[in-house]
Amino acid sequence: MTNQQLKVAMVVVALIAIVVIVPNTNSFVILLATRALAFSILVMSLDILLGFTGLASLGQAAYLGVGAYLTAILATRYQFGLGFDFWLVIVLGILLGAALAAIFGLLAIRATGVYFLMITLALGQCVWGLAYRWNSLTGGDNGINLRGRPKFGIDLANEITFFYVVLAFFAASLLLMYVLVRSPFGRSLAGIRERELRMRILGYNTWLHKYIAFVIAGGFGGLSGVLWAHTAGIVSPENVVLTTSVDALLMAVLGGAGTLVGGVIGAGIVFGLREYLSTLVPWWQYVLGAVYVLTILFLPTGLMGIPERIRRWRASPRKPEGAKQLASIPS
Amino acid sequence: MDTRFWLIQAFNGISYGALLFLVGSGLSLIFGVMRIVNLSHGSYFLLGGYVALTVIWTTGSWLLALPVAALAIALIGLSMERIFLRPLGFDPLRQVLLTVGFAFLFQQAALDIWTGNNFDINPPDVLTRSVVVGGLYLPLYRLFMIGIALAIGVILWLVMDKTRMGAAVRATVDDAQMARGVGIDTSRISMLIFSLGAFLAALGGVIGGAFLGIYPGLDFEILPIAFAVVIIGGMGSLGGAAIGALLVGLADNFGKALFPEISYFTLYAPMALILAVKPTGLFGRE
Repeated sequence: MTNQQLKVAMVVVALIAIVVIVPNTNSFVILLATRALAFSILVMSLDILLGFTGLASLGQAAYLGVGAYLTAILATRYQFGLGFDFWLVIVLGILLGAALAAIFGLLAIRATGVYFLMITLALGQCVWGLAYRWNSLTGGDNGINLRGRPKFGIDLANEITFFYVVLAFFAASLLLMYVLVRSPFGRSLAGIRERELRMRILGYNTWLHKYIAFVIAGGFGGLSGVLWAHTAGIVSPENVVLTTSVDALLMAVLGGAGTLVGGVIGAGIVFGLREYLSTLVPWWQYVLGAVYVLTILFLPTGLMGIPERIRRWRASPRKPEGAKQLASIPS
Repeated sequence: MDTRFWLIQAFNGISYGALLFLVGSGLSLIFGVMRIVNLSHGSYFLLGGYVALTVIWTTGSWLLALPVAALAIALIGLSMERIFLRPLGFDPLRQVLLTVGFAFLFQQAALDIWTGNNFDINPPDVLTRSVVVGGLYLPLYRLFMIGIALAIGVILWLVMDKTRMGAAVRATVDDAQMARGVGIDTSRISMLIFSLGAFLAALGGVIGGAFLGIYPGLDFEILPIAFAVVIIGGMGSLGGAAIGALLVGLADNFGKALFPEISYFTLYAPMALILAVKPTGLFGRE
């Protein structure tokens, strides 16, 4: 087995473990896992931009937002998407996320580095502003409450059934994104991340590559939003606010940018800390803040980068400064 | 909707813009000098307000609260820059995430120390009156805000434009590498500017606390607006920050009064458009 096959096998084993273990725990854990999985589709979509294309977006929550609001508005106003048409809502959510990204991408893709951060922040705030203020459509600050989950043969109101559905969407997204980043297209994205100028000189249309990656990420963001709306049961401006975008970014970095599965690990840890630790101690946010600060200071390659760092450290036991050198490599 | 409406809204917009200038000018200078997207800038604003509350509760002096809060937060900014940001080197993503990690820590600390209640900072009675100008009742406090912003703007402009120190800052904004090359201590400049930015943001928090209130979550509410000021005005430019603050203040007030449903959209959409067309902002230095 090659190294890559081993990694894939480990992910598959981990997924099977989730399938077996989570439904046998209590409903708190099941809901927690469902939330983390739904959100981690957004985190992975961000990782396509961040880890594989080198674009750090500060507005990714916008795509989750449009998917979630679409679901909530269709369900509460038109009773649409509560039966078999749930699948139609999934498709519409993906399309809406991709369409929004197609518009935003036209403005954002030309920018790089800090300017890309800023412009995606501004675009994300546009969506937040509408969600927060457009009372007649979005319910303003109160958001929209969904009154029930879809029912089509299977009843998604059952939390275990719903967990399986979200897990299936998660696994399918992971597989699709994995295929994407391993494809020739994904390889060219990595080339752009490493050195855009060289790729351009080699004749690649780097703008178009980045644009397509941006639109694909938006589509997955929309999907994540549809699932999120039914997971949380409420959609509010909280879902599109700047801190949600920042959360997604931090989860991706915490798990390890450029690894895809790092995103779900980061999401699992953050949701776990936020929802489990907060029931135990009032100062849980210190732990979260400290985890972020320490990760960025000492683990720029994220948790997924730990085995690699141990290996390098072992390979050069006489040079303990090897770890230091690695830390200075920008993530 | 008569002229009175327009005049009152314009006055409110300008005074809000004055407050935004305090938050935005520091953020703009920090960005210009260090190229850091500082997501803890809103926290400085909020913490400034909280520290001021404590000073007012213990001493009863609002006037004392202004410098104490601003200096305390400047000190926090200084330590953050020295201990954490400086050793990180230049990597926009890690810098951004580090500042946001601190914003979360500050949020929790504020919640622990000052609870989650909403507070108002009450200015002295002298400033709570109104003056009548041409039949319009203008709150004295808002005039005071405009005055403070003008005074600080003029001082900053004089320092930036007329002193050796200011010239060094401008050189660092234009080309940090070149500035280092000719012997400017850019590390010290960064430290000064970062502290100054925190100082101004905290001052804004104390002054703004009187009409925005001081409450958890204010930090991330003011932050994107401050970024809008910076971006519309242009990063690293004081004059730009002034014009940006004025535009955002007016746009915010008229937006909320005239078309409330899309009022934030009308603020952030131009910001995104300006970034797309001219990334350095309307008045940014190339």
